[in-house]
Parts: sequence; C-alpha cells; structure tokens
Amino acid sequence: MSTIKDMTETKNWSGQTLVTADHMLFEAPRNKHFMTGSEVLKEAVKRCTVDASVSYPITPQSEAAHLIGELWAEGYVGVYFRGENEFGVMSEVAGCSMAGARTITTTSGPGTLRAMENFAQWSGTRIPCQLILMARGINSPLTIQPDNLEVSYMLETGCMIWYAENVQELFDMSIAAFIVAEKPDVHVPIVTVVDGFFVSHTRESVMLPEDDIALFPYEPYKSPLPPIDSETPPGRFLRDPFVMKSNYISYATHASWQWEVRSAVERSRPYAEHFLNGLVHITGNEDAEIAFVTCGTASHQAKEGQRELEKLGIKSKVIKLRTIRPFPKKELLAALEGVKYAFVPEFNVVGWLEKEVKTALYGKSDTEVVGGPRVAGGMSLPAEAIIQEVMEKINPVKGA
Amino acid sequence: MANQGPTYYSPYPTAVYEGVITPPEGKALLLTDVVDEEIAMREIAKVMLTSENATIFPGPQVLYGYNEEAKKKAKLIKEMAEVLNSKMIPMYDYRPKYPKIDAEVEINPNHPNLTIWHNNIKAAIFIGVHCHYANVALKIVRAETDCYTVAICGLSGHEDAMATLRDQHSSELEKFIKIAKEVKAELGK
Repeated sequence: MSTIKDMTETKNWSGQTLVTADHMLFEAPRNKHFMTGSEVLKEAVKRCTVDASVSYPITPQSEAAHLIGELWAEGYVGVYFRGENEFGVMSEVAGCSMAGARTITTTSGPGTLRAMENFAQWSGTRIPCQLILMARGINSPLTIQPDNLEVSYMLETGCMIWYAENVQELFDMSIAAFIVAEKPDVHVPIVTVVDGFFVSHTRESVMLPEDDIALFPYEPYKSPLPPIDSETPPGRFLRDPFVMKSNYISYATHASWQWEVRSAVERSRPYAEHFLNGLVHITGNEDAEIAFVTCGTASHQAKEGQRELEKLGIKSKVIKLRTIRPFPKKELLAALEGVKYAFVPEFNVVGWLEKEVKTALYGKSDTEVVGGPRVAGGMSLPAEAIIQEVMEKINPVKGA
Repeated sequence: MANQGPTYYSPYPTAVYEGVITPPEGKALLLTDVVDEEIAMREIAKVMLTSENATIFPGPQVLYGYNEEAKKKAKLIKEMAEVLNSKMIPMYDYRPKYPKIDAEVEINPNHPNLTIWHNNIKAAIFIGVHCHYANVALKIVRAETDCYTVAICGLSGHEDAMATLRDQHSSELEKFIKIAKEVKAELGK
C-alpha cells in the first residue's frame, strides 16, 4: 500500500512525476481516449495525488467510487474505505480533510440528501475536499434517472459548485477543483457536478495527458485553520467548538464566520477564471437577441437548438455557466447585454437555475427571463422542445 | 477593506461583497486599492506610529516555537513593536474565554472588540493568526470599533483589514522594520 513516506520532492508515492496544475491542464501533451464519465473521473483522480477517498457505493449510482477503489488497490490513492451510509461517508471525508488529506468522494440523489448536514459543516470548517456530484433524481418516487433537482439543495451550503457539461470538462474540472479549493484564501469544499447517466455512463472522446504525471500534494499547513495535529498548537478546533460556549462569545462571531465562508467562495473567482478559461462560455451569435442560459448537459442540447434555429434564420447564443457558486453574475450581465429573451432550459421541475438567473438580473437588466423548457425524472431535452419554447415566445400566434 | 469604522451593529458588508478581494502576488492592499508592497509598508508604519495605543496582536503561529521560521519571526515582531512604539497583546489560541476574557492581557477571535474597546486601541497589526480566525476577527473589529487594522500574512492576505501585506516571511518582516525605522525618523517619533 502507498504511504506518504514514499514521496520524494519530484515523485509521489506511486512514482508519478509531480507537476503543477498549469502543466497538467495546459501544457502536457494529450492523447485521445473513449471513456465514460466514471472512467474519466478515475483517470483524473489517478493524476491528483489523492490521499484519501471514502465511498458508499450504493447501486445503481455510478461506478465512479468503485473505480477510485481500484486506484487504491493499484497504489495511486493513499487511503480508501467504505462508510456505513452517505452521512457517515461525508463525516469521514471531513475527518480525513481536517487531518490534512486531499480527499474526494462521489454521491448522487438520495445519498446527497442523506448527507446534507455535513456539507455546511464542511464549509464551516474550511476543508478543501471535493465531492463529485453525479446528479440524479431524488425520492419520492424513487428514480435512478438523470435530474438535477438535488443541486438546488446544495446552493447555500457554503461549498463552491462547478458544473461540467461533458466527460472532457469533468476530467479538467475535477483536477482544477482541488487546486482552487486548496488556495489558502479560498479553502472551502468544492462540488463538481455532472448530470448523471448523460455524463457518468456515456462514452465520449476525451483528451488525456499521460498517467505518469500527477499534481503536487496538498499542503495542509497552508490552511486557514490549523489542521488536526496534536503536535501543533492550537489544533483544538474540535475539542473547543465555540458554539458550545455561546454564552462566552461575541454575538457577531457566528455571523462573521458565515460571511467569511461565503467570502472564501467569492475569492475563488480569479483562480476559477484562470483554470476554467472564464466562468461562462459563450457559443453562437454574439449579437443575438435570444440567449440560452445553461449549465451541464442542457448546454449541449441548447447548442443543438441554437444550430437548428440558425437554419431557420433566427440568431441565438448559448451562455454556459461553468460555476454556480460563485455565481457568475458580472459575466452573465455582460453576456446578456442587448438580449431580449433569455431561456433557461433545465433538467428539473423547480427551475432553480431560472431563479438564480432572475436574482442576478433583477433591477440590472431589461432581458426577459423565460424559465424553460424543463424536463425531469430522466426525460431527454430534445432540441425540438427548445425550438418550440422559443417559437411560442417570439411568435405567439403561429407558435412552433 | 471596504469601509473603515463601525458599520452599525452588524459585521456586514464584508469587503468581498464590495468587490475587494485579496491582493495578487507581489502586491498589497490599502483600503480598496492594490498597491506596491513598499507603499503599503510605509503607510502601515505611519498609521502605527501616529495612532493612539497602537498594538500588535501576535497569533499562535509566531507565539509557539514549533519551527525555526516561527522563532525568527517572533524575534522580529519584538523588534517591530519597539520600532513602532507599540504594545503587544497576544492571541494565544482561538478558544472562547471562560468565564470571561482578561482584555488587559489577551485578544480572542470570537470577541476581539472587547480587547480593543478596553485598551482604546486605534491601530493594530494582526500577525501569525491563522487566516480564517483573522478574517472572523477582522470583520468583527471593523463592525464594532474604529480601530485601523493591518494584517501581515504569510499566505494570501486579508481584504477585511484596512491594510494587508501577503507572503510575509522573516525576510519581508526585516524589510518592513527597515522601512518603519525610516518613517519613524521622518516623523521624529
């Protein structure tokens, strides 16, 4: 089994050459592969010098957690174990990360909700762990189909949230995510979301660097909170939780602490801009009066809709949000300048992204936000549905 | 840093929500402006030398000698206090104090305003405090007092301080002391 003692200044415990994230993501030569999202996540974790991973590999979710377990067996991941359930997993992830380990786990759907209390605890303790959220429906009724309603539950946990459209983005984002989350002035958990099944189970072309390189290890002593370490005073965060002595603290402490966590998320912007090449990506006609504001695989479908509309002589553009927390408000406002209608296609029934967009635009933009089309519970989102939504809006008499 | 001084009874708004974030590498932050490190050092020295009851708050990372850098920094901070004519009140740890803090002898991140009020401190340097606790304290100080806060940070700096220096190790502290001596001579203090 791998141990930290096997690490040198240039090689990690599995003999991979240590490189910066810039080298890994922007400079290292890449080769083409054909993989599912789960398989590509394994490849990303393999290149991240991950100290610990905890899983509750419930079936059917994705095989991502199982594949990270294979990495442990192959000597690429320091520690790997199974929790009693998702709440246990996320608690154990917190323990690993507080102790200074680069830690990752995956979950989805009901598992996310079972573990919910932990996510706010993660951010409150400023741990830089990563959760890969392969979004699927939540109960009831039980569904194992893709649906991203669960993301709405994560929005105010104090975690960063990035959203990948496809397998390639999942690979690149999940590597950059560790580096951004571990920046000392950020240092909050990061949730990297993909739409389950559409990405986790679908095989796509993906460009990967060689697997003989890996990220430099996490440096826990550059943390904004002391890591758990009995040799280094005053590592007593857990023994003296100040909320337990609330009679003896300033009334402002909790408020200040909460704002500090949210401030940390905002401080991630310049780092995310660098690694993600901007917080939004725009495709289509720059000067279009019709836009689609999207995240995840809805972006892919909207791009198809945009191409079909172009054939009908209707200009449009797709504004893909790559981060949800921090929310790219400034970038969205700039992208919507001159846009008459912004459609927000989503894979859920509540329209959480529409609400986010409306909040960001309120009082600052004349663009009318149209929530839809929406599908849920595993439905696909065909371009025809998107075109119909647009035609009914811009041509209400004739419709589609 | 956004606004200096009390913001009513609430620690809001935090500087980040006013569009101010930590300075880029090689730079410092003076209120809302990103400036060269040396300009910030001169301003910090001036404020410390001209404010009532200027105080340095050294935190655990320089109070406990768990590595050579910490010991070196601790000696330099003592020298810094002499040059700046300032007092020192330590932040020994981050625990809320039971049954109440002795504001004469220590400061605590959960109620830093008590120490500042009690000692009538008008300018202060936070140094060696873990970033999260420094940020929690700085927001409260800004909300509850009129103290000019300075954060000298070994990592990325603190936008909720009125002035912040980042990546400050012993060599940078030596540079700051040298500049502070020059400012002191200029002011005739």
